[in-house]
Amino acid sequence: MNVLLTLSIAATLALFFGVLRLKNLATPVIVIGLLASLVFNAMEWNNTTSIFNDMMLYNNFTVAFASVGLFITLILVLFYSELSAKHEFHLPEILAIMLFGTVGGIVLLSFRNMVMLFLGIEILSLSYYVLAGIRKQNVYSNEASLKYFLMGAFSSGFLLMGIALIYGVTASLNLNEIAGYVNNAKGIVPPYFLVGVLLILSALLFKVAAAPFHFWTPDVYDGAPTLITALMSSVGKLYSFGAFVLLFNSCFIPLIADWEVILWIAALLSMSVGNITALYQKSVKRMLAYSSIAHAGYMLLALVGINNLTSGSVLFYALAYALASVVSFVVLYIVRDKKGSYDIASFNGLAQKNRMLAVVFTISMLSLTGIPLTAGFFGKFYIFNSALQSGYYWLTAFAVINSFIGAYYYLKPVVAMFASKSDEEITMPALSNSLLILLGILIILIGALPGFISGVI
Amino acid sequence: MNTIFQQIPIEHYITLSAILFCIGVLGVLTRRNAIVLFMSVELMLNSVNLLLVAFSMFHANPAGQILVFFIMAVAAAEVAIGLAIIVMIYRNLKTIDIAELSKLKH
Repeated sequence: MNVLLTLSIAATLALFFGVLRLKNLATPVIVIGLLASLVFNAMEWNNTTSIFNDMMLYNNFTVAFASVGLFITLILVLFYSELSAKHEFHLPEILAIMLFGTVGGIVLLSFRNMVMLFLGIEILSLSYYVLAGIRKQNVYSNEASLKYFLMGAFSSGFLLMGIALIYGVTASLNLNEIAGYVNNAKGIVPPYFLVGVLLILSALLFKVAAAPFHFWTPDVYDGAPTLITALMSSVGKLYSFGAFVLLFNSCFIPLIADWEVILWIAALLSMSVGNITALYQKSVKRMLAYSSIAHAGYMLLALVGINNLTSGSVLFYALAYALASVVSFVVLYIVRDKKGSYDIASFNGLAQKNRMLAVVFTISMLSLTGIPLTAGFFGKFYIFNSALQSGYYWLTAFAVINSFIGAYYYLKPVVAMFASKSDEEITMPALSNSLLILLGILIILIGALPGFISGVI
Repeated sequence: MNTIFQQIPIEHYITLSAILFCIGVLGVLTRRNAIVLFMSVELMLNSVNLLLVAFSMFHANPAGQILVFFIMAVAAAEVAIGLAIIVMIYRNLKTIDIAELSKLKH
């Protein structure tokens, strides 16, 4: 509760500072708000509280996912205000909308009622629609925003239809009562209920950018401003997967025979479509967009055979992916700012000119591939472990083959950085420089000591 | 009190909502004008509203009607953002035909 209030107040204050032309105050207010909500969030640990008449429940699951979300948002706010401040007139508003999106995300991590699921998804998505189109004069940004908006509203329609059908069968929107109904039904529910579950499933697959509902992802991630893409792909995925795990874990486990087929087909398709299409991309940004579809596929693997390892492995994977994806998009932003293009050729000779940038980018690419001693390796390890526990041997084998395919395209820009030559200097502002080093160290540290995170929930 | 609405069997409400929902989905999938697409999405949301109110009456449970208020409020917010995005695109491209929006595909 305190977290939601702090975030909303900080964001509203920043909006006022934007109106009053006190732009310099906006970033400190947002950063203080995020730090305070990180503290309030940590104080909720082991202290399960029910708020809004049982519509939300703040428990350890929420705290763990929300800390990752708040931390990554904080890092991105700092990057955004240092790197984009010079060509950004609307900085306070953008940072405020990022915070409003975080509010939606935290609602998604703690809902216990279908109303809050819907509201959380809408608060999160409406913020991202605006953020994707924040470059008003840029046609690409416009296009990304409209596509995201139309497809997002379309999927909200499916979500609501699903909720309405489930409400029609159970006469309740409360997750506990729906779970009670499902448990009493002993696996035999009316077809309306199953259609409802499938509609909700497809809407959530859409939100996590998994195939076959992935068609918007490459265009939106490619057209949105790079740092916003980093936000959407890292924390956006984290919140949506949190909601996915929460809903299916609490309500629909007795019906697993009815939906697991769809889920593993989605996982299979996401991994193959994402990885194989990424192979052909010339633009690094578009390649990372396709690779994010593949990563959604890996995370779905943990959900296919849902068990008590699922939430922990999804959290670890989301954290590892978020760290690596933030680093790669920030480096891409800096390179693009200098060279004017997202092509792999822009990375030529980066290692000579800015060794730090090249090393951090290499670490993030290795982590996305899943090389041992990086966070990404243990992310994949826990996910595969969870899938193996549920007996999905051949699906796990397929995922392992897919990670080898991933290595090919992730290493292309790395090879370009170290193999070719360039004569353009690339310099970095001080704060972003140290933040990048911090993220690089974190990726290695989590890869070396994975027990810290994996044992949390 | 047995109003005329309660004499109609629930199946009829479900059929009507399903038809409206499908019209909305077809509209989104086939039309090219962004505003018409947008109207189709609203039609989908309103078919859900109708269904929720019907179920709410059927079960004599107010929760569904509360959700309808939330859907209306969110739909209003969505309209505000959606129309802003469409106006922004019209200023840059002088069209709102989504078939023209293919710059990102190369």
